[in-house]
This record gives sequence, C-alpha cells and structure tokens, in this order.
Amino acid sequence: MKVRILVSFKNSVLDPQGQTVKNALHTLGYGFIKDVRQGKVFEIDLKEIPRSEVEKVVPEFADKVLANPIIEKFSWQIIEE
Amino acid sequence: MKFGVVVFPGSNCDFDTFYALKDIVKQPTTYLWHKDHDLGGVDCVVLPGGFSYGDYLRSGAIARFSPLMQEVQEFADKGGLVLGICNGFQVLLELGLLPGAMLRNKNLKFLCQFVHIRVENDKTGFTHKGKKGQVLKIPIAHFDGSYYAPPDVLKEIEKNKQVVFRYTDEKGRLSEEANVNGSLNCIAGLMNRRGNVMGLMPHPERASEALLGSCDGLVIFKSMIVKQ
Repeated sequence: MKVRILVSFKNSVLDPQGQTVKNALHTLGYGFIKDVRQGKVFEIDLKEIPRSEVEKVVPEFADKVLANPIIEKFSWQIIEE
Repeated sequence: MKFGVVVFPGSNCDFDTFYALKDIVKQPTTYLWHKDHDLGGVDCVVLPGGFSYGDYLRSGAIARFSPLMQEVQEFADKGGLVLGICNGFQVLLELGLLPGAMLRNKNLKFLCQFVHIRVENDKTGFTHKGKKGQVLKIPIAHFDGSYYAPPDVLKEIEKNKQVVFRYTDEKGRLSEEANVNGSLNCIAGLMNRRGNVMGLMPHPERASEALLGSCDGLVIFKSMIVKQ
C-alpha cells in the first residue's frame, strides 16, 4: 500500500517562501492568484499491514516525525491499495 | 567542570567549540558520539552548530532521534546544564527541551555575519558573568533562525523571563533592521523554565578570542563554569 502525506505550515504561521512564489506568479501575469502556501510531500510505501493499523500509524508518525506540530499541519491519503 | 561536545553526522562547529572550551576557557572537554549511550560523566553537554543529518526534513529534526539524545534528555530532566548553539538550538526545540520552533529567515537568505545581542537576563547559569543590558558582538550563520512560538507560549516565555538574548543594534536598541532573521520578539537566545537548558542562534565559539574579531562569546562559556 502507498500513502501520500502532505505537510504544510499552519495558517497562523507566515510562509515567506510561499509569498515569494506568489510574487513570481504575479510577475508572470497570474494576478488572479490570491495566496500560495508551500509544503512538503512524502510518498511512503508500506508492507502488507491491516488497513486499521495504517489508519493508526500514519497519523502517529506524521505527527511525531514528518511534521513539527508547533508550526505545521498534515493531511494524508491512500494513493495505492 | 567537564564539558562534552556532541558530534552528529554533519556537525561542523564541534572542533571550534571543543577548542574554545579546552584551549581558551581551559576546561576538561571531551567529544560525545551521537550513537553512544554514555555521557562520560560530563557536567555540561554542548550541542554544537552545523547541519546535523544534512538538515533533511527540518533543521535538527533527525538529530533529536539520535541514541545519545535519550541520555541528554534525562540529563536535562535531572537539572544538568545543556547548551545548544545554532543547529544545537534547533535540536533542542525539536526535542521539546525548549519551547517553539524555527522558521526560515525572513529574507530567505542564509545569513553569515556579526550581529549584536543584548543580555536580557543575567541571573542565569549562562549569563551571570555578564550584565543585563550588555551588548555582545557574536556572529551568526544560519538559514532557519526565525524564532516562532504560538502567542500563548510566547507570553509565558516572556512572563517567566526565559528570553536570555535579543537581537539589537550595537547600542542595544531593538529594531526591525537589527532583527536580521525576523524572530518573534527579536529572540536570539532562550532557556527553559528551570534555567538549565539554553539555546542560542549566534556562535559564541566564533567570538572567543581577539583574533576572531570578538571575545564576547566568553561571557557565556565562563558563566557556565561552576566550581566543583
């Protein structure tokens, strides 16, 4: 099974990298872009384990390692059964 | 007073810190290997600057899971003196020994320059040889040094006088310009509530002899020497 975890800054945290990307896009004429938030994507291959276990451990290690909960939030999904 | 300098893969200020403590401050100093489970009976642990584990994932995020960090955590919990410099500060934040987190510098640039920091609290095990309001000239060299903490945490930190250093100009005045990396409340150095763990972004070991352009970092190292 493969899962995809998306880590990005919380809304309360400034993201200067996202701001810079937004400014660049504006310069290119995409003025309709209101905001850009930059994040990280992890695609993780898992050994055969029960789905219930996946639902327990993925948020666990995402919170412990992949994201720093003080500044970041994460979401995840199964991308390959 | 025996100092231990932790060596992670990617540490690059370990030799400088060792040199400052052993040859300038003249204290017995040893290296501590990140894979060991032994602090070698040291009285103070120093986490040096550098790019532990290439700073992959986040600065300091992988180093906090090093075997030796379990011992460092227990050592700190018992009241042992722990100093984190630059990347070492980031490791202490990731480990949760200090509150908050680091964000990329406000101008998105790696900053390598002398800065001025003001002693905010001289009643600590890291600054009692200095004076409140004293301005120290010490260099920084980091990409992720913009200190962040949620508003309620920041309020607690200020209330408990945990801010040890703030970025200022050479006269000790706060300004947006002097706050080079965009840290909240201009925080350059911070300790835990108990006062035995401190992290700071500037490098005192790089300001420890006249040849280097400043001796101001010695205020910190000398304050940490406690008669046994």
